[in-house]
Amino acid sequence: MKLTGAQALIKSLEQEKVEVMFGLPGGCILPVYDPLIDSSIRHILVRHEQGAGHMAEGYAHATGRPGVAMVTSGPAATNIVTPLADAYMDSIPIVVITGQVPTTAIGSDAFQECDTVGITMPVTKHNWLVTDAQDIPQIVREAFHVATTGRPGPVLIDFPKDVANQAMDWYWPDAVDLPGYKPNTKGHPKQIKEAARLINEARRPVIYAGGGILKARAAGALRELAEATGIHVVTTLMARGAFPDDHPLAMGMPGMHGNYTAITAMQQSDLLIALGSRFDDRVTGKVGAFAPDAKIIHVDIDPAELGKVRRPDVPIVGDCRQVIEELIKAVRSAQEKNERPDLSDWDRTITGWQHDFPLRYEQPEGGTLKPQYVIESLRDHTPDDTIVASGVGQHQMWTSQFWKFNHPYTWVNSGGLGTMGFAVPAAIGAKVGMPERMVWAVDGDGCFQMTAQELVTASSERIPVKIAILNNAYLGMVRQWQELFYEERYSEVYLSPDLPDYVKWAEAMGCVGFRVDNPEDVVATIEKANEIDDRPVVIDFRTDYREKVYPMVAAGSSNDDVILGPEFNEQDVVQ
Amino acid sequence: MNSTGQHHIFSVLVENKFGVLSRVAGLFSRRGFNIYSLAVSPTEDERFSRMTIVVDAADSPLEQVTKQLNKLIQVIKIAEIGPGEGVERELALVTVKAEPESRAQVTELAAIFDAKIIDVGFDAMTIQTTGTPEQLDAFTDLLRPYGILEFQRTGRVAMAKLVRQAPKLRSVKGKSA
Repeated sequence: MKLTGAQALIKSLEQEKVEVMFGLPGGCILPVYDPLIDSSIRHILVRHEQGAGHMAEGYAHATGRPGVAMVTSGPAATNIVTPLADAYMDSIPIVVITGQVPTTAIGSDAFQECDTVGITMPVTKHNWLVTDAQDIPQIVREAFHVATTGRPGPVLIDFPKDVANQAMDWYWPDAVDLPGYKPNTKGHPKQIKEAARLINEARRPVIYAGGGILKARAAGALRELAEATGIHVVTTLMARGAFPDDHPLAMGMPGMHGNYTAITAMQQSDLLIALGSRFDDRVTGKVGAFAPDAKIIHVDIDPAELGKVRRPDVPIVGDCRQVIEELIKAVRSAQEKNERPDLSDWDRTITGWQHDFPLRYEQPEGGTLKPQYVIESLRDHTPDDTIVASGVGQHQMWTSQFWKFNHPYTWVNSGGLGTMGFAVPAAIGAKVGMPERMVWAVDGDGCFQMTAQELVTASSERIPVKIAILNNAYLGMVRQWQELFYEERYSEVYLSPDLPDYVKWAEAMGCVGFRVDNPEDVVATIEKANEIDDRPVVIDFRTDYREKVYPMVAAGSSNDDVILGPEFNEQDVVQ
Repeated sequence: MNSTGQHHIFSVLVENKFGVLSRVAGLFSRRGFNIYSLAVSPTEDERFSRMTIVVDAADSPLEQVTKQLNKLIQVIKIAEIGPGEGVERELALVTVKAEPESRAQVTELAAIFDAKIIDVGFDAMTIQTTGTPEQLDAFTDLLRPYGILEFQRTGRVAMAKLVRQAPKLRSVKGKSA
């Protein structure tokens, strides 16, 4: 069967069971948009290419399937570099297709030309420049394989216009041919046995669960491991939802804005069982002072993560789910031989911290609206399996802290790259992937202004996402740092609560807009928003700009120095 | 990055495709490492090329680079050849002044180093020499006083040394091994 390159590309995407793609056409990608009309693939027309990339990420976060975005060459390609970098940092499987000028014009400074493959090389797991239409099925197959296996990540296919118009003989390859790519998924049995031995000897163990748990679909295995060993679990920002927050062994989020118990339990532990986590600086604080007495078991599918920050005592390269399942068997057989270690002292210590140092804030009746109160109200008045997306900054930290994540794949956020403006498009992508679920984005006013135009996309495509803007009229996290570390010298952080008018803006974009400026109206407005299911809703919550995120470990400080915040008296703080 | 004076030699087997060199070089350059020398050519199997990369860097950041190199889809295999663990060779072409009065001395020097004169001009000649990087250094040092006009080295190629130990023989009873 003869096909054009463009037809072959669309047919290859169908072969990969792509149901939806996010994109925006333009000159060089035009030939591919023609066969798209006859395809079963739903295309969602975005308003900016960055939006297409983040939607693909949100879709992948929520469904576990690769997100697909397609844009044209030059400025469209550079606009999607941010989502690629974001997906690279957070190991999100997305496949991005960019148009390119004809092969004969490459390198000639043609209109809308840029070196897309060169530019995206450091922010993709791999990328391809197609030079022959005959290679298309093979390349598409390889691209999806690379994006979704091993440590997942973004890939890019750069597609010149003449290749799109070239004829090819259709085929579908039965296998990929990548001699240099063979991810190791099965952990070394000897190392697993050694890990089980350490687990059965530890007196103050902590499971340090990272985003790899979710990528490996290992939430069930993690829960079984925790319950089999009785070991408490911290879930990093990327792993929120990987272990239910309402579980008695859950300690919540560690790190710079983690809770006191999670931070301190890691700090004082004698064994850290790192599962799909990468010892990020936001988790460890000052690396030299991090968990000084802990032995480390580190499980990761990416060998480059083992020893990158902290040298593990037991490194295990493998898929988290497979390794945890083997580890459970090894632990059980070790438990048969020896008595299960007595962790009751450690459990009491943890419970004590949880009791003494909970997350705190105060919402005075009739007073200014506190952002944490908005999040708690949202949490308590939405279904248990609601998907929550967030941008980056204070609102992100409060959401991670105060939401109760009891199900995996309910938290969609930009962890590694910290991309402001992530929430709106990511929420749209998540809702497209999970149309039956309620999807809320908690966004900051600064973030919202970066990508809000995608709500036009959501309105026209009837994607009813709901956006809660915590509008404190500031770039809040930057303001917090200037207040704490720059002697309250506020430099370029004020945004104004009224400019833009978020309600009018929402309405102009085809959404329903609400404004809430006092605690009394919070719940009623959330409930009104929940009832709207035919268009997006935006709520402008006017929150207290003075509110800061606590606890906090200052950048570069040791995790021993947790700043608890104004709600705690000094005598409460134990050293 | 300042020179650490530590040369590390990597022998990297890669797919013989466009863009591979750029991917490999990018991993070094983004960390501020200078590639001291580089030699690339196809192997006995045309699908693959071998790169011999000499890098000037300290051990610990380099470990991360090799792990990242391994992650590149088009990198098949990496071997670091430690000091004394490999055989290294390099080729140099040197054009040196050789006026009638000094020509004999230059020719003699070339003979000592087993170098070959491959081009002769009116008052200069081009000499080809192969050897270890140290031998090449010594040769050029000795030529310098005559006046080096042009000079080019290929960068080294290296291979791991072969195993010399014979397979262990079983000890005969009654005799100590």
